Amino acid sequence: MARISRGFRGRGRAADPARVPPGQYVTDDFPVLSAGPTPEISLDDWRLTIAGEIDAPVSLTWDELQALASEEVTTDIHCVTKWSKLDTAWTGVSVDTLLEGIDTAAEYALVHSYGGYTTNLPLEDLTGGRAWVAYAYGGAPLEPEHGGPARLLVPHLYFWKSAKWVRAIELRADDEPGFWEGYGYHNYGDPWQEQRYAGD
Amino acid sequence: MAGTALRGRLTWLAGEVAALIDEAPGVRSLVLEVPGWPGHRPGQHVDVRLTAEDGYQAQRSYSIAAPADGERVILTVERLDDGEVSPYLVDELRPGDEIELRGPIGGWFVWEPALGGPLQLVAGGSGVVPLMAMLRARAAAGTAVPARLLLSSRSLEEIIYREELAALEGRADGLRVTYALTRTQPPGWTGYRRRVDREMLAEEVWPPGERPHCFVCGPTGLVEAAASAMVGLGHEPGRVKTERFGPMGGS
Repeated sequence: MARISRGFRGRGRAADPARVPPGQYVTDDFPVLSAGPTPEISLDDWRLTIAGEIDAPVSLTWDELQALASEEVTTDIHCVTKWSKLDTAWTGVSVDTLLEGIDTAAEYALVHSYGGYTTNLPLEDLTGGRAWVAYAYGGAPLEPEHGGPARLLVPHLYFWKSAKWVRAIELRADDEPGFWEGYGYHNYGDPWQEQRYAGD
Repeated sequence: MAGTALRGRLTWLAGEVAALIDEAPGVRSLVLEVPGWPGHRPGQHVDVRLTAEDGYQAQRSYSIAAPADGERVILTVERLDDGEVSPYLVDELRPGDEIELRGPIGGWFVWEPALGGPLQLVAGGSGVVPLMAMLRARAAAGTAVPARLLLSSRSLEEIIYREELAALEGRADGLRVTYALTRTQPPGWTGYRRRVDREMLAEEVWPPGERPHCFVCGPTGLVEAAASAMVGLGHEPGRVKTERFGPMGGS
């Protein structure tokens, strides 16, 4: 049972509970949260690798990614630090497209970023039209501090799962905790269940 | 980058306001007594939850300003004029009131005396709060780990913990504090008069060869600029730990 905070009124009641998960507030800003410096990545050197539980790793160059069918995605995003941002507009390649023709028995993925960040997800959360490798935001190339050249976009989970500066998707038979998951954040991170920290 | 896992569910605990300390205009420290508090490490933060009479709730995260001390937890909060929670914490809260909190949260942005040095801290405005927990832990441990703090603030009056930082530096145990005042400077000011930039960092930050543990905290613009410049100066990206608040282009 929550305690009443004497004299607190608050002003976030206007938020639509069908769109804004519990404990979140809506912001028009786009806050930046990263655990370290923003890495510099040249498009000539950029690669996206799909590796792990497959016959042979697949590696895409920047031009090869751009040549794949892209999708426009308008979606709400929810950060574990409590802000939500509605109707964000992205351009990217569906992970379904990236995995086309790849045969794997993996049930999990560990996503790796330039700069060393990692995050883990069940593979089924990356497929079925629910995840993208996004390279544009609001019609412009994705800014480095927001994860450019390309970031993962998995809007149905807390945004730390949408790894910035993505460089590899490692397909795994077992579930290996990523960076924040190893520091006590929830292993799955469903904002609608308010799964912020381990045990939530 | 393997972490030290937190274990067990973080439950909401009631914290009673034991004291309130005005630190700077619009900045207040909340000294809370939190029965059942599990302890924390310098640099970690908490979630605070407020509940209105009709059941409406709001949550925000705040850095812990001091090292673990039994059931005492000190938060330092800056009022954001368009904020929902910080104006209540800074302006409305009274001794004896209770707020709910849970934590500690985080574990990457942490320095403890056992980690050694040198220690390099860079902050803008209230970004100094988690770094103060590190400096207070350093002083409490009586260690002489070499440490430097570069703190950017708009004016002298807006520097948080200024008197305590002077006292810590006065212990002459290896701490150096340098200020950059970006907006107004008092007469005779000999410190920096501009935002943190690469040249300033080259002068103030431990050389990369000393392999300092670097912690950078503040508004996004300052952290982006400082962390990138430090990498450019030769610091290993993995040794430059950051915490940002606010959007790009924010104050």
